[in-house]
Amino acid sequence: MDFLITNFAEILFYVFAVLTVAGGIGVLAFKSPIHAALSLLFSFIMVAALFLLRHAELLAAVQVLVYGGGIMVLFLFVIMLVNVKDLKLEQVFLSGIAPLAIIGGVLLGVLIAFGLVFGVLASGHGDGTALRSVDGDEIGNIEAVGAVLYTKYLVPFEVVSVVLLVAMIGAIVFGRRSAGLEGAGGGGGKTS
Amino acid sequence: MIDATHYVALSLILFCLGLVGVMMRRNFITVLMSLELMFNAVNLNLIAFSFRLSDLAGQVLAIFVITVAAAEAAIGLGLIIALVRLKDTVALDEADVMRG
Repeated sequence: MDFLITNFAEILFYVFAVLTVAGGIGVLAFKSPIHAALSLLFSFIMVAALFLLRHAELLAAVQVLVYGGGIMVLFLFVIMLVNVKDLKLEQVFLSGIAPLAIIGGVLLGVLIAFGLVFGVLASGHGDGTALRSVDGDEIGNIEAVGAVLYTKYLVPFEVVSVVLLVAMIGAIVFGRRSAGLEGAGGGGGKTS
Repeated sequence: MIDATHYVALSLILFCLGLVGVMMRRNFITVLMSLELMFNAVNLNLIAFSFRLSDLAGQVLAIFVITVAAAEAAIGLGLIIALVRLKDTVALDEADVMRG
């Protein structure tokens, strides 16, 4: 019991970390896209909990709202729309490339881990006070992020809105029925 | 004591999982999900170092990353719709119109 209380933050981190990785493995392993999507949603929410442990309260809320709400609904909507069951997908993995992909991923992991060990080991400890104060006044994480976002990072903030606009126009263009895609491939476009 | 190293290690695992998923899954939708996993790994790193360095820039950058991830998801899912309309499949190895 004493161990639990003194090491509470560590235990929480390891629990959430293991659950995050489990969700990630689920995305890779589940055959059905809907199961993969739910596994991904689980992983997102665990990442939001990890954000909370690092005093990023606004980011945790944004993670749940944008990823758990927006992006996940978009995924589920598309899964529903294209009705994956009817499309023959008997093979889950790309043939021949799967072992290569695993080897490549492990190699990259080892490479970055070497960089981690021999490079800057990020030891030491910050405290959360700077993350929730503006000009020395301790107010809150949301106010602090807002104050930085709308003063120092105002121009990138406006630019990112243009990115969103471009993405929206692009998605509309791709989704349009008369985009000239049908006749191009001769691959039997759906008519409905 | 949990410091940024733990978070970097977790983010490394998550990023490699996403990378392996992008490279080996056959379903376009699942590939996009693996891409989102990689975005999440990046965000974990940013948040961890934001705390370590007591600097809010990391959190602001993470907000931008989430915005770009949302834009990417919208475009990618639009591409899926176009692919289904063209080839009637979501399998990536059948999207070979431009293969020589």
